[in-house]
Amino acid sequence: MTGDANGTGGDVILRLEDVNTYYGRIHALQGIDLEVQRGEIVTLIGANGAGKTTALKTVSGLLHPPMGKIIFDGADVTHVAAHELVRAGIGHVPEGRRIFARLTVLENLHMGGFTRSVAERSEDLERALTLFPRLRERLSQKGGSLSGGEQQMLAIGRALMSRPRLLLLDEPSLGLSPILVQQIFELIKEINSQGMTILLVEQNALQALNVAHRGYVLQTGKIILSDTASGLAANADVRRAYLGEI
Amino acid sequence: MTDARSAVMVATTRHPWGGVVRVGLLGGVVAVYLCLVGIVPTFAERPLISGAISLGHTALAMAAVFSGYLAARRAPAGNVQAVAAGALAGAIAGSALALLVVVGEVVDVRAVMLQASPALYDLLTLGMGLAGFWIPAVAGAVLAGAAAAVSILPSSYRLPLSWGLVAVVVLGLFAGLLRTPMLTGALSGVARFLFASDGLTPVGAVITFVVAIGTNVLQRRVLVRQRIAEMPATRRRALLAPAIVAGLLIVLVLPLSLGGFFAQVIALVALYVLMGFGLNITLGLAGLLDLGFVAFFAVGAYTVGLLTSPGEFGIAQWPFWAAIPFAALIAMAFGAFLGLPILGIRGDYLAIATLGFGEIIRILAGSDLLKQWLGGPRGILNIPKPIDVPPDHFLAGPHQIYYIALACAALVAFVAWRLRDSRLGRAWIAIREDEDVAQALGIDLVQTKLLAYMLGAAFAGLGGGIFSALVGSIVSSSIQLFVSINVVAIIIVGGMGSIPGVVVGAAFLIGVPELFRELSSYRFLFYGIALIAMMRYRPEGLLPSRIVRRELHVPDEVAAPGAPVNGSAAG
Ligand SMILES: Nc1ncnc2c1ncn2[C@@H]1O[C@H](COP(=O)(O)OP(=O)(O)O)[C@@H](O)[C@H]1O
Ligand SMILES: [Mg+2]
Repeated sequence: MTGDANGTGGDVILRLEDVNTYYGRIHALQGIDLEVQRGEIVTLIGANGAGKTTALKTVSGLLHPPMGKIIFDGADVTHVAAHELVRAGIGHVPEGRRIFARLTVLENLHMGGFTRSVAERSEDLERALTLFPRLRERLSQKGGSLSGGEQQMLAIGRALMSRPRLLLLDEPSLGLSPILVQQIFELIKEINSQGMTILLVEQNALQALNVAHRGYVLQTGKIILSDTASGLAANADVRRAYLGEI
Repeated sequence: MTDARSAVMVATTRHPWGGVVRVGLLGGVVAVYLCLVGIVPTFAERPLISGAISLGHTALAMAAVFSGYLAARRAPAGNVQAVAAGALAGAIAGSALALLVVVGEVVDVRAVMLQASPALYDLLTLGMGLAGFWIPAVAGAVLAGAAAAVSILPSSYRLPLSWGLVAVVVLGLFAGLLRTPMLTGALSGVARFLFASDGLTPVGAVITFVVAIGTNVLQRRVLVRQRIAEMPATRRRALLAPAIVAGLLIVLVLPLSLGGFFAQVIALVALYVLMGFGLNITLGLAGLLDLGFVAFFAVGAYTVGLLTSPGEFGIAQWPFWAAIPFAALIAMAFGAFLGLPILGIRGDYLAIATLGFGEIIRILAGSDLLKQWLGGPRGILNIPKPIDVPPDHFLAGPHQIYYIALACAALVAFVAWRLRDSRLGRAWIAIREDEDVAQALGIDLVQTKLLAYMLGAAFAGLGGGIFSALVGSIVSSSIQLFVSINVVAIIIVGGMGSIPGVVVGAAFLIGVPELFRELSSYRFLFYGIALIAMMRYRPEGLLPSRIVRRELHVPDEVAAPGAPVNGSAAG
């Protein structure tokens, strides 16, 4: 991989420059600029349909932008295929979890370590199970029989099995009870404290801004605001639009 | 929704016999249908019990028995009511046939219904004609009433009785096939005693019935299943070895004692087992529904034909053994060539696209364009047998193809089994379960799908090559859509992704119609019924693989492993 990250120094792990993504003629991302530094939790908040999922899929290579540039770890990855980006170090937890419902928990986790060698995989498995002890009790149970919170843990654990350096999380709190939402965000903080860089997409702006260092606000395909998490949480517009205040 | 349901409930409580009448009418429709499409008249030419009961009678009796069974379950509570319900349903069903006789004898309806002939009416009235029009109604009432009575018996009586009847029907069907080889050996006395030239002798039928009941009762007394289940794992494993040896002996040695016709049939079954294993990789593991299997079958068949035939169109006169790897390789190359442009297509659309390829190849094979190389409808003839032996050798006939197909099938099964637990196999499973997620986990979709498609194609080519050696020629009319349909149907009936399932599916869908010529003209009707019944009552197939079974029968949490899926299957 070639190409340099120009500008802000070595600790930028991901940068999007004027990225435009389309679904046919629908212009879903309209010139996105975004930056994630190593070790950060950055959150992308916005209403339903704003383009958050599209942004994550563009980063992980499931969608390719015809215009703009994506730089990961100093290399231009705009046109790199999704399966190669996994090896390069991007892990993607898709919206709605999408675990393999018919496979067991263990098989799900092994699938996550597809790009790793057998020896590496058993080490990664141990790490994932230490992080999510609930999964250890359910290793031989099929994925579809887990509760929503356990499925989310499995989805995150599966993505961690590829040992990513950047973890993309798409609405991890979706459809979970308030207590479980709390737990999931605790886990996100813990994963981050172990050194993982995280790009977190959420509709639940309050919680997301609570755990994140910085944030971007996405509206109909454009970034309309970016600030530190506390700055956004204090912003009157944001509070009105996304935190449910009048 | 709820309104409609409560309305139905009111209706059933108001008319407790309504359901029974409906079953009877349905039975009548089925019975008349069986007669008018020609199944009953065709089957009537084959006796089940020599001089007494024909297969045609059996088909009608089966309709009555099912009506009785279903009616008994819809009847109001009580033993008398159940039997009465069965008899009523049977009488209604039989009356439909009686009506057919009356109408048919008075008005000649043969102009529109070819099968509505006096011969059919004689069959229905046991030769009495119009005067005996009541016979089907009475017979239906008696049979269905008896079936209803049996169905409410405790299972310790019901199962042996049903088992005995099934044994008589099955042995009656196989009688001719079993008799011929037995006549030449030491068993000829037994053979003459049990089997007539067509079906069981009456004495043989009684003996079969009694012996079947006896073994079933004995087996239930001794609790074979339970004892095996309770056995410690080491002892069970010790039992496994002799069971495998016995199975191998049956598969390897038994065919030798059976005639050439039988060998031809099981060679064809083995060939379809081989191709089923191949498609099981593409469809069962990777989830790619390939309906163009016949395209690669054709490539393999013509490759072997061209390379080995000393006749008009042959180009090399190679031995079979040199040609067959080429058949697989060239089919595989075709798989890559045809696969690349279409593997981006998902799900159902892929099925349509592959269906198109199958048709293109079929039309090309018979076209004038390629006639000068492939021989068109006249085809490539004189394809030599793989093993050159004198005519009286035990491998002279189709037996050798059977063993070759069997060996290749074992090879394919081994490859499929090893692949399933490999890295590639896991990639296939991930793609089958969720294509997007698979990609996001680092799996190269194009490469992985293409490999599945190419392997399926290679095995189809292998099957086609062996087929051309079995038949000794390859003509364009052998390249038919139903080759693809057969293979897909085998997998669906047997159980997707399951290796034993393919064997059972092939035996059931290929072997049975081939063995019983009477059935083979109704092959697609038989397929249709089998597929609908499977989808309705056992969508996971006869012998499902672990994953599919888990999906369909374990709604949540963990069920005890190995718990019987269907308790009534015992016996
Ligand atoms: N597969 C698709 N085809 C066409 N349009 C799509 C597709 N997926 C999303 N879109 C559109 O793109 C826009 C952004 O969608 P998405 O990224 O899913 O939003 P979010 O994740 O923020 O809810 C929406 O207007 C949506 O309708
Ligand atoms: Mg979304």
